[in-house]
Amino acid sequence: MSTASAPPAARRGLGADAPKAGPVKALLDRRGLAKLLLLAVAAAVLVPLLAAKYGAAWPSSLTVDVSGPLGRTSDWIINNRDSHWLFVYFLGHLSNAVVLSVRAVYLVLLALGWTGVTAGVTLLAWRVAGVRIAATALLSFLVSGALGMWVPTMQTLALMVVAVLASVVVGALLGLAAGLSDRLFRILRPVLDTMQVLPAFAYLLPVVLVFGIGVPAALLATVVYAAPPMARLTALGLRGADAGVLEAVSSLGATGRQRLLTARLPLARKELLLGVNQTIMMALSMVVIASMIGAAGLGDRVYQALASVDVGAALAAAVPIVLLAIVMDRTTAAAGARLGADSATGGPAWLRGWRAWAGIAAVTAVVALLGRLAGSLVWPGAWSVDIAHPVNDFKAWMVDHLYSGVPVIGGTADWAAHFTNWVLNPLRDGLTALPWYGTLLVVAALAWLIGTWRTALTAVLAMAAIGVLGVWKPSMNTLSQVLAALAVTLVLGFGVGILAAGSKRFEAFLRPVLDVMQTMPQFVYLIPVVALFAVGRAPAAAAAVVYALPAVIRITTQGLRQVDPAAMESARSLGATRWQMLRQVQLPLARPALLLAVNQGVVLVLAVVIIGGLVGGGALGYDVVTGLATGDLAVGLVAGVAIVCLGLMLDRVTQPTERRTTGKGA
Amino acid sequence: MSRTRKAVLGTTVLAGTVVLSLSLSACGKADMTKQSSPFAAAKGSKSVTLSVQTWVGAQSNVAVAKYLLEHKMGYHVDTVQVDEIPAWDALSQGRVDAILEDWGHPDQEKRYVKDKKTITAGGGNGVTGHIGWFVPKYWADKHPEVTNWKNLNKFAKQLRTSESGNKGQLMDGSPSYVTNDKALVKNLGLNYEVVFAGSEAAQITQIQQFAKQKKPFLTYWYEPQWLFNQVPMVEVKLPKYTDACAAKGAKDPTSIDCAYPTTPLQKFFNTEFAKKGGSAAAFLKNFKWTKDDQNEVSEAIASGGLSADEAAKQWVDKHPDVWKSWLPKK
Repeated sequence: MSTASAPPAARRGLGADAPKAGPVKALLDRRGLAKLLLLAVAAAVLVPLLAAKYGAAWPSSLTVDVSGPLGRTSDWIINNRDSHWLFVYFLGHLSNAVVLSVRAVYLVLLALGWTGVTAGVTLLAWRVAGVRIAATALLSFLVSGALGMWVPTMQTLALMVVAVLASVVVGALLGLAAGLSDRLFRILRPVLDTMQVLPAFAYLLPVVLVFGIGVPAALLATVVYAAPPMARLTALGLRGADAGVLEAVSSLGATGRQRLLTARLPLARKELLLGVNQTIMMALSMVVIASMIGAAGLGDRVYQALASVDVGAALAAAVPIVLLAIVMDRTTAAAGARLGADSATGGPAWLRGWRAWAGIAAVTAVVALLGRLAGSLVWPGAWSVDIAHPVNDFKAWMVDHLYSGVPVIGGTADWAAHFTNWVLNPLRDGLTALPWYGTLLVVAALAWLIGTWRTALTAVLAMAAIGVLGVWKPSMNTLSQVLAALAVTLVLGFGVGILAAGSKRFEAFLRPVLDVMQTMPQFVYLIPVVALFAVGRAPAAAAAVVYALPAVIRITTQGLRQVDPAAMESARSLGATRWQMLRQVQLPLARPALLLAVNQGVVLVLAVVIIGGLVGGGALGYDVVTGLATGDLAVGLVAGVAIVCLGLMLDRVTQPTERRTTGKGA
Repeated sequence: MSRTRKAVLGTTVLAGTVVLSLSLSACGKADMTKQSSPFAAAKGSKSVTLSVQTWVGAQSNVAVAKYLLEHKMGYHVDTVQVDEIPAWDALSQGRVDAILEDWGHPDQEKRYVKDKKTITAGGGNGVTGHIGWFVPKYWADKHPEVTNWKNLNKFAKQLRTSESGNKGQLMDGSPSYVTNDKALVKNLGLNYEVVFAGSEAAQITQIQQFAKQKKPFLTYWYEPQWLFNQVPMVEVKLPKYTDACAAKGAKDPTSIDCAYPTTPLQKFFNTEFAKKGGSAAAFLKNFKWTKDDQNEVSEAIASGGLSADEAAKQWVDKHPDVWKSWLPKK
């Protein structure tokens, strides 16, 4: 379950299987050397040529200025949005359908009132996931109400219900196609790969341009983000179906459709449910980002609170988001686990089958009616608890005492300045000064050593695209921030992960902390990090570290824990000390997990570093914000594409899997 | 077991059909200019949607208008936080009904008010806005010559940060704000680097930190702004604003070399709302107050720790003479 509550980690982990060899080992084996040699020869021939012709900075003759066409596209959309058939007969209906569906769900939730919704969700959780999770659900909804967030919570819930349903339908259809047809599977796989490394921040702008600010745009951006895991897991489930069973079904004379409905889908139900679970988590993580384009609800409250530098109010809105995420995750995860274990659905007969569903409906209706009679549809205001003030006081205390002038170690602002001066600046200057062909060669070498020539080609092409778009310099700036934040994340993450793997008690203590860190919307960190680390690239890096840390810790701990006990036992019998065991047995054996942690870290860090554009991170993130804020497609979209390319490159360079050889790695 | 699965599948299929039928049932033209929020008027009441921009002054306008509309006129008010230019877009599409504080967007005005006529000008909101460069008063008192741009280069060294490298730091805020600072630094030959805080929240936090340590800083900032009450600042004199300079800048934004203009802040309405919005539209047209009024509400929100609604109530209780004249005559 801990993996299930680690959405991004789990989603990457599912597709990727165990890597064959680490980079160091790969370096030493003969094929690695051969690859390097070949590259060295290529470099020896190409570099002098390129250097003579173009020089060290990305050559302007190799860039394409897309601002003209993009500006025209954007003008065309704005001028034709009210009249062209594409909008009037297609996109307009799509938009209307979204508004109507969300509104329908919202009205139902409002009609049920807080009593009805709380009762309904609690009973539902009880039915599918058991008493403990039902209690969590009950408590969560009461807390959301007590924080004065009932109405925004219902708005977010309505949006989530529709977004998750749409993502599940879209994802399942894609997955179905990929699961049944090999050709579609081959076409779809790179598309899904790419969608997974896309930071959501990058594609808000095009969606907004077409649909305008508001719920339809927010919902569609969410679906784009949340559908891939469902598609992936559906395909995985269908392809992984036991061949023996399928044969048996065919021999009974079942048609293709019967085979699908009676054998393949039921056999894949575990993956399907996990897909739903992942989709829910992804959709929830979009709540706040989508509020930048008008999604209302809790995300909007967080965003508005941040605009007035009110961390307390932002937290009051973020807590219900975290709680919603925990309830939905635990409920679907437990439901998935129960599907696997038949007997677990025991209990009295009235708790099973249609009677249970009817019972839930009846009790919910009665409670809702009681609430209505008592005259409180929305949470009663008098029962609210104010957390904003104490939180703000705490923040003020922290800033007063930690910002500067702490004896010996210096204040957080000093650290930030040192980090910027000693790490970020040299790294940025170095990367910018490095000749572009040098960068491409390094990328090619890394990607080729770790993967195949295809991986290397993708990575190099992605980097080249950045240059062609004319954003080489800001991209190198962003890259330097990613690398610096990644280094810090890995040092901390591996350290804490090793400690957690060594002590069950520490791990148990850590788990809820990590849960909260992972589900807390990234935006909530942004103001506290500015208060502690001053405006600039340092707070962006700090926020990225906080966000990426849980996944790295979790994967490290799990990897170390899964090391074969026999190997550990034999090492111990040979008289190895704890440190020796860790260094010589555990870490080498857990290398696949550690590499996965690096890959995860990179993707997550990138996602937050660009949001750091909001706190002075500059570079690509700032350009995306500018594009969004000024409706400038040329600036925003180019930066968005560059982010995507950077993400692709980083993913390929750190992903030591030979995807082609994995039969079912969807 | 299998029942659960069927139920899951059943719900999915059902939901799919619902979504599909929704879109099919609406075959025919879909008007993209009439797109309201799904959360508007959920209680079946008369409803208005206002756009809130990220700065606190804009939040104050909306807070007070919202409070009065809800408590004195029986409306339900939804608010949406949108950046300036997307807000124009949203206004023309009818996603929001009104912008209560616009700082001057001639391009958008031409496109939507003059050409498409989907937006109607709503007159001034009574507040005059001014953008400029500011330094803290405690620093200007010690070095009065810093308040003229000609002397700024002498102080560049004091204003270095790790973000600005070996130049002085001129801090800008959100990228959505109207700014010529990059052009100004270049055209005035200043040894400064424009560092964008990325959002007003980040900028305010940083200014407060500087002020707490009594450190010098130079920042892009604007009036009216509640922060002046907490951190007194003095404006740096830039070359005088002239119409000729503005005309030159309109042609080529990189050529600007004079100060920012003083802007009477404007209201804009969705045309349909302006015509058919009834007493809400009439009320918003009448909405007009002063810089001090706005700052009183802003500071209560941003540093007094009140919610926007509480701050609005406090102001409304104190100044009945101001807002009574906004209510439309029955």
